[in-house]
Amino acid sequence: MTTISTSTSTPKAEPTTTQLMDWYRQMSVIRQFEVKCAQSYQQQKIGGFCHLYVGQEAVAVGSIAATRPQDYVITAYRDHGHAIARGMEMTPLFAELYGKASGCSRGKGGSMHFFDAEKNFFGGHAIVGGHIPLAIGLGWAAKYRKEDRVTLCYFGDGAINQGSFHEALNLAGIHKLPCIFMVENNGYAMGTHLHRSSAVTDLKLRTGDAYGIPGKEVDGMDCIAMYQMMRDGIEYCRSGNGSLFLEVKTYRYRGHSMSDPQKYRTKEEVAKYQDHDPIGRLEKLLREKKLLDDGKVAAMNDEIHAAVEKAHEEADGAAFPTTEDIWKDVYAMPFGPYLAR
Amino acid sequence: MPVLQFREALREAMSEEMRRNPDVFLMGEEVAEYNGAYKVSEGMLKEFGPQRVVDTPISEAGFSGLGIGAAMVGMRPIIEFMTFSFSLVAFDQVVNNAPKMSYMSGGQFKVPVVFRGISGPGQQLAATHSWSVEALYTHVPGLKVVVPTTPAEAKGLLKTAIRDDDPVIFLENESMYGNKGEVPEGDFLLPFGVADVKREGRDCTIVAWGQGCITALAAAEQLEKEHGIRCEVIDPRTLRPLDLPAIVRSVKKTGYCVTVETGYPTCGIGAELAALVHEHCFDDLDNHVVRVASLDVPMPYSKPLLQQVVPSVQRVADAVKKAVYFKG
Repeated sequence: MTTISTSTSTPKAEPTTTQLMDWYRQMSVIRQFEVKCAQSYQQQKIGGFCHLYVGQEAVAVGSIAATRPQDYVITAYRDHGHAIARGMEMTPLFAELYGKASGCSRGKGGSMHFFDAEKNFFGGHAIVGGHIPLAIGLGWAAKYRKEDRVTLCYFGDGAINQGSFHEALNLAGIHKLPCIFMVENNGYAMGTHLHRSSAVTDLKLRTGDAYGIPGKEVDGMDCIAMYQMMRDGIEYCRSGNGSLFLEVKTYRYRGHSMSDPQKYRTKEEVAKYQDHDPIGRLEKLLREKKLLDDGKVAAMNDEIHAAVEKAHEEADGAAFPTTEDIWKDVYAMPFGPYLAR
Repeated sequence: MPVLQFREALREAMSEEMRRNPDVFLMGEEVAEYNGAYKVSEGMLKEFGPQRVVDTPISEAGFSGLGIGAAMVGMRPIIEFMTFSFSLVAFDQVVNNAPKMSYMSGGQFKVPVVFRGISGPGQQLAATHSWSVEALYTHVPGLKVVVPTTPAEAKGLLKTAIRDDDPVIFLENESMYGNKGEVPEGDFLLPFGVADVKREGRDCTIVAWGQGCITALAAAEQLEKEHGIRCEVIDPRTLRPLDLPAIVRSVKKTGYCVTVETGYPTCGIGAELAALVHEHCFDDLDNHVVRVASLDVPMPYSKPLLQQVVPSVQRVADAVKKAVYFKG
């Protein structure tokens, strides 16, 4: 089987202290953003389903840190973290959550459907596994046009038993598409543990023999490991080797969505993972390197808190879409009697 | 003007658009090396090569989604379903991803993809392979649904579909692939949302498209010859957008309306047309709209049963007679 360069003697990409500080900050932003979302949800400012990324921050931050602006990013419905890691501003994200016209999807998408064409962020998709075929279309277009772009496609462990996953990976394998498929394995498809949903639970094994796509495992609670794996992975794809499958071991501290009483797991289990918290781990390292201390951590958290509050307030005060907006963007080329009869 | 088969007109449309725009490609089962299950894409692999005429595994959800993703970054994929009955295993892609990306992204992404292939009952293919999918897909805001009846329409509408920035469902029919007709050469495009009056008349309007339109035209011919009933046959050509004004104009003239479709009557296109005609022509109607559709059963295999289930010339003629209170 093909191996990627992480398994050879190639030196691992060591992140700079600036990068480490940046990731620490980004992960902290995501966490505080999500905490604010939980609050806004309880205040019924956010409607629909809302799936928080708390605990999984290192996955989006570490992996997207290794991308370039021209690379394509597409994910599932737990998409707040990826959007922030991709550089989307918090105000349009809160505005989207509050259904405002200035939202990143103009108030038409909500929590599960964040989009940003300028940032090459292709959503935000809520049908489990339904976006994986879109990812291979992005990869297909890049390869067809001979463009130097890699597609990052994220999904949860619930998606890997959907037909769309298997069909997409088979096609990616046939055409050697420059795509990295990442299963963010947080152990549960909603409330169903992996052991009850998957015949083969060692997920990294599922694509090698089946689709000729090498699988790797990475600790998704470790931002640095995530980054190093993705740097190598992106290089592997850019070099024309085809696709890659990553099993990212992670954990979500919150429920599947805001309406999840979490009766399927114990508080002790959650606490065990929180001991390996991705933000706490990086903070410990940065303290050892004397880049952070109590004062700096407190100052950064205060600063982030203020930024989150400011974004929330701006979004909260923004205008809702108008009645005319109902009919906008149904078609790119609208004509004929689509409009009110 | 050259006379082409329906399938040749489709091929001409695709080939011309592929020569014109390198972002257009054709993908589907057996489109390349096999030269198309129904020979629509015959010779295209030779001209355009395997990068642009692409065989797929039997994997409809995979390759239809691939087309949608590629379209989101500006490519113009033509995705062929060997039959639209198989599009149903890709239903999520076609009804959730293709038509909703523009809306859900606030207009940031367009999806200029064409899904094309055969729809409607063929030669004794039984229940699972005989879907007329137009009602299923016309139901969905964000999709456009096109049903050509003549070879010229096959070319003109397909070229428009490929250049359209929205996802288009383009429905063909196996029994019509060999039909011949004059087809304009070169850049011939027909607009969406413009119906064609296939036959003029003042006694009764028949609204029909595709395979049903051919049946309706034969019935109109018979009715005029045998009973002097002159039907006006309106072919909407696109069901979304629908040229409602053309239908209303005709019904206001005739006072009667019959719809013909190979799909099912329950929640069918005819049901929608009947509602629209009743809303817009209530005072002009001298009878309720009469619908002709396949009988409301899964499509049977046995030939004599199938012939009774699918709308026949006789059934359309009888429906018109009923509509206009003809007592012969």
